Amino acid sequence: MKKKKLMNRRQKVLFGLCFSVLFLIAICIAGVLCTEEARVTDFSRKNIAPCLQYLFGTDWLGRDMLVRTLKGMSLSIFIGILSAVISAVIALILGIASATMGKRVDGFITWLIDLIMGIPHMLLLILISVALGKGFKGVVIGVAFTHWTSLARLIRAEVIQLKESSYIKIAEKLGKSKWYIAKKHMLPHLIPQFVVGLVLIFPHAILHESSITFLGFGLSTEQPAIGIILSEAMKYLVMGKWWLALFPGLFLVLTVILFYVLGESLRKLIDPGSVHE
Amino acid sequence: MILEVKNLSYRYTEKDRVILDNFSFAMTNKERLGLVAPSGVGKTTLCKLIGGYLKPDQGEILLDGKPITEYRGYCPIQMIWQQPEMAVNPRLKMKEVLAEGDEVEERVIRGLGIEEDWLNRFPAELSGGEMQRFSIARSLGKRTRFLIADEISTMLDLITQSQIWNFVLKEVKDREIGLIAVSHSQPLLDKICTRQIRL
Repeated sequence: MKKKKLMNRRQKVLFGLCFSVLFLIAICIAGVLCTEEARVTDFSRKNIAPCLQYLFGTDWLGRDMLVRTLKGMSLSIFIGILSAVISAVIALILGIASATMGKRVDGFITWLIDLIMGIPHMLLLILISVALGKGFKGVVIGVAFTHWTSLARLIRAEVIQLKESSYIKIAEKLGKSKWYIAKKHMLPHLIPQFVVGLVLIFPHAILHESSITFLGFGLSTEQPAIGIILSEAMKYLVMGKWWLALFPGLFLVLTVILFYVLGESLRKLIDPGSVHE
Repeated sequence: MILEVKNLSYRYTEKDRVILDNFSFAMTNKERLGLVAPSGVGKTTLCKLIGGYLKPDQGEILLDGKPITEYRGYCPIQMIWQQPEMAVNPRLKMKEVLAEGDEVEERVIRGLGIEEDWLNRFPAELSGGEMQRFSIARSLGKRTRFLIADEISTMLDLITQSQIWNFVLKEVKDREIGLIAVSHSQPLLDKICTRQIRL
């Protein structure tokens, strides 16, 4: 007899979803609560390897790396959410405009998408960030302006396909207004695409934020962002202080994976048919 | 009301063959017209042209002497599509599909054998025949003057076919709706139509 499975597929997806949401919220709350502690230096406890009291160890200024990692992660998540939302809204507006406002607008927007996709992400990101004077604003705007392209393409294609579908043409013949068609017929198809697209931009945004900060074109050094922590830790790696880079790095990867799980689970729940594609 | 089709010509692209060439006919809303032709001759294309879903290359379609493109809002000519799966939005519940019609009467809904329970389902949870009943009901709104039935019963079993056609026939007779019926079944057209045209 076949062994009964612990959970069915839907339950597994739901579990993944809840777990990642809870974990990410926990990081954010912990990060907000320990803003001050992340800055406290204490030379009596510097360079301690991971032990029970300091799980992630301490750095060369005696700062608790666990607290710093949490703070850095919450900062990254915050920037990620902000820039992903801006990015997705740009994608939504330009995608719909491209599909509905005629050939010239469409030509221009597709050209813009190709242009932005043609330039390496990092390069454009550094250019925008530096032009805006680095810092928080530079990073958020830089990430937002470089990540909307693929979602915009997706939404454009979806709207074009919807416009040609027979049920929308029938609704027009039934005397329904443009507003009614957009609300009743288009929105239910676009919302899942939009939400999932939005969530799947997060991991990219976070990774890019960290890399640009790591390279020194992003957040300023007094903010304990993951990128800063990692780039500072580089100098101490050769001295055998492996814990300075390992745990923040692991946490970064974990967060990115969790956001990915979150996006994929959402997609599976909202649009179950897509699992079979 | 008189529906006139004058010198209609159509082809899908420049290179394609001409599907309709100088085609004309006229009918009143008391007539029931049958269209007979083998596959690929342009029955559905003609239906779409009359229903206003396609624009003719030449010629015009007049309803009471006025081109159908000038009718704004609810179109008095309604077409029932051959594939109900394509005619309903997969993300709308069936009751919303029905609500799109022009104040579809309870009598129509019941007459087509639509069950209460189906209203709260999504299109994917209904069979093709069940869905087709909704799309027929939707096009039998209050202001419909002409009904185009493009092979509406091909996917149904014989009993359901006769049930649906009996109702549609009674409905168009009672309300004096002009019917254009397309079918491969000669006996069916012989029974329901007052006149038949070969393409």
